[in-house]
Amino acid sequence: MFKILHAEFLAPGIKRFVIEAPRIAHKQKPGQFVILRLYEQGERIPITIEGADPESGTIAIVVQSAGKTTNLLNSLNTGDSILNVVGPLGKPSEIEKFGTVVVMGGGVGTAMAYPTAAALKRVGNRVITIVGARNKELVILEKELRECSDALMITTDDGTYADKGFVTDKLRQLIENGTRIDLVLAIGPIPMMRAVAEMTRKEHIRTIVSLNPIMIDGTGMCGGCRVLVDGKSEFACVDGPEFDAHRVDFAVLVQRNSMYRAAEQKSMEEFQHDPKSQVEAVHAGQTGVCAVEGDGR
Amino acid sequence: MTETPKQPSLNVLHSKPVPMKERMKIPRQHMLEQSPLERAHNFTEVNLGYSEELARQEAQRCLECPKATCTIDCPVGVKVKEFVQLIVAGDYMAAAAKIREDNVLPAITGRVCPQEDHCEGGCLMGKKVQPLGIGYLERFVADYEQGHMDISNITKAPPTGKKVAIVGSGPSGLTAAGDLIQKGHQVHVFEALHTPGGVLVYGIPEFRLPKQIIREQIDYMRAMGVEFETDVVVGRTVTIDELMGEEGYDAVFIGTGAGLPQFMGIPGEHFNGVYSANEFLTRINLMHAYEFPKYDEPMVDFRGKNVAVIGGGNTALDAIRSALRLGAGKAFILYRRSEAEMPARKEEVEHAKQEGIEFQVLAAPLEFLDDGKGWLAGARCQKMALGEPDASGRRRPVPIEGSEYEIPLAVAVIAIGTSANPIVQSTTPGLNTNKRNYIEANATTQRTSKKGVFAGGDIVTGSATVILAMGAGRRAAKSIDEYLTTPGEW
Repeated sequence: MFKILHAEFLAPGIKRFVIEAPRIAHKQKPGQFVILRLYEQGERIPITIEGADPESGTIAIVVQSAGKTTNLLNSLNTGDSILNVVGPLGKPSEIEKFGTVVVMGGGVGTAMAYPTAAALKRVGNRVITIVGARNKELVILEKELRECSDALMITTDDGTYADKGFVTDKLRQLIENGTRIDLVLAIGPIPMMRAVAEMTRKEHIRTIVSLNPIMIDGTGMCGGCRVLVDGKSEFACVDGPEFDAHRVDFAVLVQRNSMYRAAEQKSMEEFQHDPKSQVEAVHAGQTGVCAVEGDGR
Repeated sequence: MTETPKQPSLNVLHSKPVPMKERMKIPRQHMLEQSPLERAHNFTEVNLGYSEELARQEAQRCLECPKATCTIDCPVGVKVKEFVQLIVAGDYMAAAAKIREDNVLPAITGRVCPQEDHCEGGCLMGKKVQPLGIGYLERFVADYEQGHMDISNITKAPPTGKKVAIVGSGPSGLTAAGDLIQKGHQVHVFEALHTPGGVLVYGIPEFRLPKQIIREQIDYMRAMGVEFETDVVVGRTVTIDELMGEEGYDAVFIGTGAGLPQFMGIPGEHFNGVYSANEFLTRINLMHAYEFPKYDEPMVDFRGKNVAVIGGGNTALDAIRSALRLGAGKAFILYRRSEAEMPARKEEVEHAKQEGIEFQVLAAPLEFLDDGKGWLAGARCQKMALGEPDASGRRRPVPIEGSEYEIPLAVAVIAIGTSANPIVQSTTPGLNTNKRNYIEANATTQRTSKKGVFAGGDIVTGSATVILAMGAGRRAAKSIDEYLTTPGEW
């Protein structure tokens, strides 16, 4: 069991959790992720690590409510627990001095881009950060990003905060203004990452994206997270999660992520029908199993 | 689950031993099993076990050979003759204790071990009539023990003060842990997944090895003092060097298993509906996808549709029989050689056929076809003929030109083997691997190139069986104990 030491909403539907996980806190590097399972009947889902404090033995994750599992997770509060958290998984981000790096975060992807942006800044890069959200309420981590960026640009789809538009509009401006860009890191919804990739491909700017396909074990054992990179299957859990955006087949990623849509909708409807009893089931499914097959700690 | 055991009559209990020449005349007793029609639609165990009466009848067939080939042919050296005679004597708990001297997982091996290749293959009686049902008897004894033992009474060996880390809780790791704890060492098992058991949990389906059996065996090990820690990927969460360093372990055993699934490299393997056997079975076994929506993990709905598994090993059969139970309209094996070359256990092939699984042999897919939206719709296959034997000693499949044909498919499961998972190797300096990236370990001592580090099971040999991995775990435990008690040159 992994205790939630602190939980707070950063924006509607976006919650940040600080979790007691000393082993992971000690080892994690920017760009890596954990896989968690809430309760005995739960599925395993990958979530990028947003931050960690090795001294206090904690990690932080930021979760956006989307399906049943993320909704259940975001119903948990300080003092609750997560049954299983395993990691850190995946290859860490490549952190070195590239020169000028544009870090782009779309929606909750902003939280995943943040630790890498901070690390890139620490090694001496000029970091230009562009974040986008649907509206003002959903802009997250603005203060933190401002601290680790030489420039921070914000867009909202509806113009309720900062500039109206998309993150790609800002990237285009930078390119058109003749800004020298040595690397782009884009993390967010697939359409956003794909649009960034198309824009930088023409300009021959090296671009990295962090992919989030469906996973189970996270150690390369099941092969469910395979993505097409240069026409070949690679496993996002061990070969990624970060890949060269210009070599990723985004259409296949979209297609594979839709594989369980029908079941996901059914689970979500069940959750919405009676959220309270679903959350109670999580608590029940955490206590019932520990004596039988929980860990040995 | 077992039949209500009939109380053996007193004259059986106290009867004189059956004369040798009479023993050959007793027919091999069949184990009860669920009827094929019924079991094809449920995940309940196929085999139902011996009753006490059947077990004693079977046990009486043992010829008590002076040279026990059954024990010699057993990878962990179970004293078959001795435990079988204890069944004849009616002392089932003593029989269980006798098995446990060499095998810490009797309820598991009694179910999934290919006895025909080991103990029963060596049984003298098999030369004339049918071999002794050693696997069935082992299973009977293990289940009896489970129903009658008190795990709070387990005696523990005096502590030696030495600490051993076991990486992976599959068959090799559990066996090494069980043997080492009996020597008095402190044993801590790390498991990457959320439940201990490794391939026993994620790979072997409920209808062949109920999860409850694994839980009971692991609870027994906990009662013996073995510690389990799940959610630790050694190589990522903690390294071997850290275990040997700051965590203070005196020795480490690596039993991480086979690892990465192999794909065929044919077009269309990324379509929705194409699975590796590892993923397909993990969804069903570990994640309970067959119980969706009671469990959250989903599975593609292929009820009434065609499902093919490509491959001819035990994993392929586990996958296709699972697909049938999930409601596949037509479930078939696609195998490029003939049935004679199939590596699967004969019993599993027979069970599958009884359940209605079709075997399309001498055929292989050339590419997967989709519905235009990325969902699997079929496969283009090619027929094969058998040529000369290849490196494996089996006759090589040779494609027949112009024999291509198409089949409709909703799900395809690729069960053609695995390759080494590199996580431990790539994070452990000084650990030698072979050219296929499996860990190099001495075949007798299981020692690796790195001092204090031992390895065994599939991560050394490549995909093999539960019992062979257990044999490696056993050798490693013996070798680790020697290393810890009399350290010398590595």
